[in-house]
Amino acid sequence: MLLWLIPIFPLAGFVINGIFGRSRSKAFVNTVAIGSVLLSFAWVVKTLLALGELETAHIERYFTWIESGELRIGMDLAVDRLTAVMLLVVTGIGSIIHVYATGYMAHEDGYYRFFSYMNLFMFFMLVLVLGGNYLILFVGWEGVGLCSYLLIGFYYLRKSATNAGNKAFIVNRIGDFGFSLAMFLIVISFNSLDFGTVFSQVNRSGVNGTSEAAMTTIALLLMVGACGKSAQFPLYVWLPDAMEGPTPVSALIHAATMVTAGVYMVARSWPIYMHAPGAMNVVALIGLFTAVFAATIGLAQNDIKKVFAYSTVSQLGYMFLGLGSGAFSASIFHLMTHAFFKALLFLGAGSVIHACSGEQDMRHMGGLRTKIPWTCWTIFCAAIAIAGIPPFSGFHSKDAILLAAHHHAPWMYWVGVVTAAMTAFYVFRAFFMTFFGSYRGHHHPHESPASMIGPLVVLALLSLGGGYIAIPHFLDKFFPIMEEAHDATLVAISVAAGALGIGFAALLYVFKPGLPDSIVASLRSLHSLVYNKYWVDEIYDLLVVKPLVGISRVGLWRIADAGIIDGIANGVGGRAQGIGRALRLIQSGNIRSYATWVVAGSIAMIVAMGLVGGSR
Amino acid sequence: MDQHLLSIILFTPLAGLAVLLFIPGSSKNVIRIWANVVAFAGFLVSLPLATRFDKGASGFQFVERAEWIPSLGVQYLIGVDGISMLLIMLTTVFGFIAALSSWNAVEERVKEYYAMFMLLQTGMIGVFLALDFFLFYVFWELVLVPMYFIIGVWGGPRKLYAAIKFFLYTLAGSVLMLLGILALYFQYHAQFGAYTFEIANLMKVVLEPGMERWVFWAFFVGFAIKVPMFPFHTWLPDAHVEAPTAGSVILAAVLLKMGTYGFLRFSLPLLPRASNDVEIVRILAILSIVGIIYGALVCLMQKDWKKLIAYSSVSHLGFCTLGIFALNPNGIAGSVLQQINHGISTGMLFLVIGVMYERRHTREISEYGGIAHVMPKYAIVFAIAMLSSAGLPLLNGFVGEFTILQGAFEANRVWAAFAVSGVILGAAYLLWLYQRVMLGQVTNGKNLRLPDLSAREMAVFLPLIAWALWIGVYPKPYFDILEKPVQQLVERVKPGYYQGQAALKAGVR
Repeated sequence: MLLWLIPIFPLAGFVINGIFGRSRSKAFVNTVAIGSVLLSFAWVVKTLLALGELETAHIERYFTWIESGELRIGMDLAVDRLTAVMLLVVTGIGSIIHVYATGYMAHEDGYYRFFSYMNLFMFFMLVLVLGGNYLILFVGWEGVGLCSYLLIGFYYLRKSATNAGNKAFIVNRIGDFGFSLAMFLIVISFNSLDFGTVFSQVNRSGVNGTSEAAMTTIALLLMVGACGKSAQFPLYVWLPDAMEGPTPVSALIHAATMVTAGVYMVARSWPIYMHAPGAMNVVALIGLFTAVFAATIGLAQNDIKKVFAYSTVSQLGYMFLGLGSGAFSASIFHLMTHAFFKALLFLGAGSVIHACSGEQDMRHMGGLRTKIPWTCWTIFCAAIAIAGIPPFSGFHSKDAILLAAHHHAPWMYWVGVVTAAMTAFYVFRAFFMTFFGSYRGHHHPHESPASMIGPLVVLALLSLGGGYIAIPHFLDKFFPIMEEAHDATLVAISVAAGALGIGFAALLYVFKPGLPDSIVASLRSLHSLVYNKYWVDEIYDLLVVKPLVGISRVGLWRIADAGIIDGIANGVGGRAQGIGRALRLIQSGNIRSYATWVVAGSIAMIVAMGLVGGSR
Repeated sequence: MDQHLLSIILFTPLAGLAVLLFIPGSSKNVIRIWANVVAFAGFLVSLPLATRFDKGASGFQFVERAEWIPSLGVQYLIGVDGISMLLIMLTTVFGFIAALSSWNAVEERVKEYYAMFMLLQTGMIGVFLALDFFLFYVFWELVLVPMYFIIGVWGGPRKLYAAIKFFLYTLAGSVLMLLGILALYFQYHAQFGAYTFEIANLMKVVLEPGMERWVFWAFFVGFAIKVPMFPFHTWLPDAHVEAPTAGSVILAAVLLKMGTYGFLRFSLPLLPRASNDVEIVRILAILSIVGIIYGALVCLMQKDWKKLIAYSSVSHLGFCTLGIFALNPNGIAGSVLQQINHGISTGMLFLVIGVMYERRHTREISEYGGIAHVMPKYAIVFAIAMLSSAGLPLLNGFVGEFTILQGAFEANRVWAAFAVSGVILGAAYLLWLYQRVMLGQVTNGKNLRLPDLSAREMAVFLPLIAWALWIGVYPKPYFDILEKPVQQLVERVKPGYYQGQAALKAGVR
């Protein structure tokens, strides 16, 4: 099936644009960048059609990558149903966003650089989802992290952008700490990192072998990795800052694909999690907490991209809640619908920002409905999808997760419903602040070019109708069977919560525009807490960064290194310097005289040793 | 040719040196060309070593033996196994890279400069080739001399302090090592009635445990200073900062590996019981881990670009020693591979600094900023060097780090957990360095018109980048080469290790 072709196309695009793009026209760069991703998409479709039902995984083994002692890790790619879904999402959404980016980035410097990074990202993301073992997955995992770093810091002249890039990379590395340890433990337990080998042993180990404690440890460590990549509490802090990158990057990497890698990895590891119910519960708790926590922050943000960033964190929390509740297919389903509507929200936001000449603060927008109608109504499609209004896509997937959560622990469902109301509120708050009322900015908003509107329309259709793509059915044969608990009342309640949120947003931001300010005034301390994101960044700075810097500077370098160790060494050295001064006399700078000294020394040594040896 | 292949590799630089002496010191370009020719020839003659090496064979290959000082039992005995073969290839490659990178760097005493490098080259190759402890010691000391002059003559402002510090530190270590060697030497005589320095013979010596531990610590000081392991590392930042670029490159890429090589070639095989002593292993592992974390933390605070990379060596070499004292196949194979990797990555980073130093003559990080805008090619090369050092998958560093950490994890989970945190910090100090030097606006007017990399400079980096990619994507040949020697080492230190593992696996299944 030549699976390797799927990632190789974008890699080729990266190489071609990276080497030749600088001196070529934009048309050339576009052709290479979009063409490579489209080819990859086409090859995915062809492969999946040829593979048909995919009852079992299709695996291609190319060569041994690492072989040391008993351990053998291959360069293996594999496709199963889970990978199939991911491949379609990544290459499909990826193609759409690449097209959009040609319009969005048209006036930016470093055009070729942008697209070569984007292609490189596609390569690593495809390696991530195609990898047949944990280490290949990790290759993609680290690679997308690198591209995320490069693209967040794309405007590298801006300090805040490069800071955000560093933060993303380092926080992700903290997550990788867990991922790495998990891999070491998997190797020790199963002597392999291959998915097939590991999972078949896991499934047999109910009888003998690896204990539940080991499984739980592995599962929790993997989760630490997933929390880094998928921006879950407490490692979510990098994602909002990542909005420093160009908006297509936010849509592709920080909404639709890369940040879902953690969800994918946990879903991929479902056999391990099924043997670690304690870890499952932790995943659910973290997901739920992140969902609520981020949603509350989203309520008060004024930067349009920040709202959607916290929304992404919150929605990823939903996916974790689903995973932890055992609803793996529902989580992947939500991953897909989220890719549709969140990519659309970001691309729409990009179109808004484009229209307002770079303005991102919603307080300086308003009334754009008439000026950029295409953008307005496509964003509306995404907004009703994420708000969970039937029959649009978000409704189907979110409801599946909430029902599973109810089955897992009813109180989690109720917290999820409250979050759903908040979600609807903040999205429509952003929608109304941007498109309703009167324009409060100083620019002359203009509709975006067709290359940007086209992708918006496609994504709008997917956001509306994507719920009818039979992903749950397709994946139910892949994941363990869940008991169906369809409860019309629960569904109605969560829909009502979404509608309530929309209504409340409409009341505050359309019908009574003065009301928000008075609410803020009466809840000043609460608002300031949420507006400042609970000061989490500041707390981390105080508890982690400052002490680390202080210890390193004063404790280690100044005192230990320069003071104690060198003090001792220099004490010895001080005496030696006297000798050194004497030695300097023989430093004539003349090679022959040095050579003489070396020879003389050697002879002296040999003679001395002869004498010592002879005396015995 | 196979018969004397190793001697040819060993003495090619010396032969070049002999010719160099007849070139007048004033014809600088002739000297430069000749030095590059010699260095390249040194690399070429080492190629057959890699191609004809039999990775399936156990024991040493290409062995040459001749009497040297019969009355003392000293022989000219050289040979290679997989470990030394890889390190020799590293040495010959970097010999050439160092010569090529020095073209514009040195204007004074050009002849002496290259002469020192040729002498150094023979010394380093000799260290990795010698199978006679005396011969080894001669080369070990021989290396010290040219490096001392390279730092002391062509170094920066505090060159004399740095050179003497380097000299005294390493000399102190090697004196203790000599005591250890002599202890083995006389013990052999006491037990077998003959004098020999041949390692294979010395391995037969059985020391009583207390004595073995003393000898171990004597060796340890010699090797640990060279590596350098915490807390013997403080000579390194000074030496690196003051050394000329090529000196730093060789120092980091090859010279430090003499220490780790010493552990592998002498400490472990000659003193297997002490090397496997629980207390000793614990101390060494802890020192390694402290080195990893400490080195990385101190990196975070450096204002001097070169000092930062120097401290990063302390951190990276901590991984190498940790791998060795994990005492299992993954740890040791990973360690050797990481020694090569560190050579490539850190060698590149020092070259990156050298390129900039030739243009701006300062290493203060705050003098820079926004260089990426002025020197785009340089930005890419620096980025690749940084990522390879930070252990990004598909580049070299990842494979070594992963294998070492896997080995460390097998030995002791807590060690691995601490060591992994060094990986996080590694990303932090490198990214921050890159940001401060390369990104943002150009704030210093002096940086506005810097020329990008020249063809010669690209020629220095490209082979290293290719090598980094090769190890990152297809490291299997390296693991194959290392399999036998690593197996022998592990069996020597932990007899029955492989049988035990097999039994364990059988038990699980």
